[in-house]
Amino acid sequence: MTVRGSEAAGRVDLVFRGSLDAVGAGRIWRETMRQAVAARGRELGFDLTGVEQCDTAGAALLLSAEQRHGGVARFIAASPPIAALLARVRDLAVVTEKPPPPAVATPPRRVLAEFGGRLAGRVGEGLAFLGQAFTALLGLPARRRMVRFADLAQLIDQAGWRALPLALLLGYLMGLILAFQSAIPMRRFGADLFVADLVSIALLRELGPLLAAVILAGRTGSAQAAELGTMKVNEELDALVTMGLDPMTLLVLPRLAAAMVSMPALVLALDIAGLVGMTTVLAGFGFPPALVAHRVVGAVHPSDLMGGIFRAVAFGAAVAAIGCRAGLATGAGPRAVGTAATRAVVGGIVATIALDGLFALLSYRLGL
Amino acid sequence: MSAPVIRASSLAQHFGARMIFQDVSFVVNAREIFAILGGSGCGKSTLMKQLIGLLPPSAGRIEILGQDLARARQAVRRSIGVMFQSGALFGSMSLLENVMLPLEVFTTLPPEGREAVARVKLGLVGLADAASLMPGEISGGMVRRAGIARALALDPPLLFLDEPSAGLDPITSAGIDRLILDLRADLGTTVVLVTHELASILAIADRCIMLDRAAQGMIAEGDPRHLRETSAEPTVRAFFRREAA
Ligand SMILES: Nc1ncnc2c1ncn2[C@@H]1O[C@H](COP(=O)(O)OP(=O)(O)OP(=O)(O)O)[C@@H](O)[C@H]1O
Ligand SMILES: [Mg+2]
Repeated sequence: MTVRGSEAAGRVDLVFRGSLDAVGAGRIWRETMRQAVAARGRELGFDLTGVEQCDTAGAALLLSAEQRHGGVARFIAASPPIAALLARVRDLAVVTEKPPPPAVATPPRRVLAEFGGRLAGRVGEGLAFLGQAFTALLGLPARRRMVRFADLAQLIDQAGWRALPLALLLGYLMGLILAFQSAIPMRRFGADLFVADLVSIALLRELGPLLAAVILAGRTGSAQAAELGTMKVNEELDALVTMGLDPMTLLVLPRLAAAMVSMPALVLALDIAGLVGMTTVLAGFGFPPALVAHRVVGAVHPSDLMGGIFRAVAFGAAVAAIGCRAGLATGAGPRAVGTAATRAVVGGIVATIALDGLFALLSYRLGL
Repeated sequence: MSAPVIRASSLAQHFGARMIFQDVSFVVNAREIFAILGGSGCGKSTLMKQLIGLLPPSAGRIEILGQDLARARQAVRRSIGVMFQSGALFGSMSLLENVMLPLEVFTTLPPEGREAVARVKLGLVGLADAASLMPGEISGGMVRRAGIARALALDPPLLFLDEPSAGLDPITSAGIDRLILDLRADLGTTVVLVTHELASILAIADRCIMLDRAAQGMIAEGDPRHLRETSAEPTVRAFFRREAA
């Protein structure tokens, strides 16, 4: 494919030779535009005598060149099919959409302000959602027929039972790492046995519930969002509503309940596995398991464990509520479900940590 | 003349700043087969969602079976059957369970009674042998037919169908037309359907309205056969003659 300009008597003819298809047009696009611009103010012609064939890309090339030049170009020796194609493409090309404003990098202050605004909005929506769930809960006795225990059992199986191996593994590794990392500095003070106190308190009060919530957000929150989101996109939620079934009662409440029931089990599994991991490390440092167990029993108070489990239940409710809400709020289109799942995980983890901070503050104030 | 089954007055819908339609008014009478026509994206499904109480109209008023829909949503739901454009089958239930669900919600039939009714409905749409399949295991046309069976489960006096025969072969599609006519003959069902099937519109619809995206509202109302012959509106003529507008 070649293009060559020939000038005569105030006229510029661009002579094309070869195949004006996507490959050929691509090869000569820049050169053609350059020559079309150079010919401004003079008459422009396209000589197609040597063109074997022309497709939409070729037509786009010619019409763009004409547009760049600014005037109406003359087409020389365009065969009837090429002329027809040009006419059709010209009709379609007239319809131009206003281009979206170019994306400018948002200044950091705006980013922060937008983030704050969104966060406040989300918190508000979340509270409204919890209110709806609570209303549905109050209405539950009147809608006993909608409660399906088989569904609930299956949800608990998904959220709790099937997550146990993961909780055990992560808990064990966590105990191992914590004990090892803290044993090295403590040993310098000859205090390595106190690692047992340190790790068991940290695990039971704080890390167990947090880690369980992260597992729940990653495994269950995202799945809930994807599941409800798919139902939304598929109009299944609409169908439920037209049958007089309330998605809140039928779908959200059981998921909230399953998460809240599963969390204590996950936390216990994490805690126990973590303590075993810690014991493994301390055994390596030469402390017999019986001694370690004795220290642990002396260090932790039952209220540490109960407090951890209480937090875990609250985290579970938050993660499940956020997952379900993300699912129900799914927009249209194939990407919406993925977005909902992402929102569920991110929102679940953020809410967990925020709640944890709130609990820490409360327990400090209340002297617990 | 009995009271109309549906009376829609000055309905409008906008999403954000985007106006879909406005000032849509019509009446559907008892035992009528009423078609909502119009090009893709003109708001037919949106109008249907307003009529079944899923989407509160931005403006206007809907009366169904003599009740104001905005107030009596729950009461109206018992008397309507809906087939959604996507079928909207519950993915975790077999076709049989899907059809049994409305019976479970609204009736006191024992399980075997529900199953018997559901099997009859599946038979009506030619899915008797697919009852135990899951929605993920069947073709697009079968999903639609199962959606129709579920909409029919309670023998509702008022039936809404969103493109019941899209994606069906001409024979099955004619079978759906036959089914609709039979329902009216046997049960006196009133049917509101969204469809693009010209043959089916001309064969079974008593009356229709046509929405138009450019006009953001209704551009025609009446007997489709009459509209085909006499309408002066270019889009309506183009629609009935299968011409590009
Ligand atoms: N929830 C929504 N939010 C924003 N826009 C919407 C929403 N639902 C529908 N729309 C818009 O309203 C218009 C009408 O949609 P609708 O689904 O009613 O079209 P339709 O006439 O049923 O088309 P089709 O024949 O393709 O099914 C579309 O342009 C769509 O983008
Ligand atoms: Mg539609």
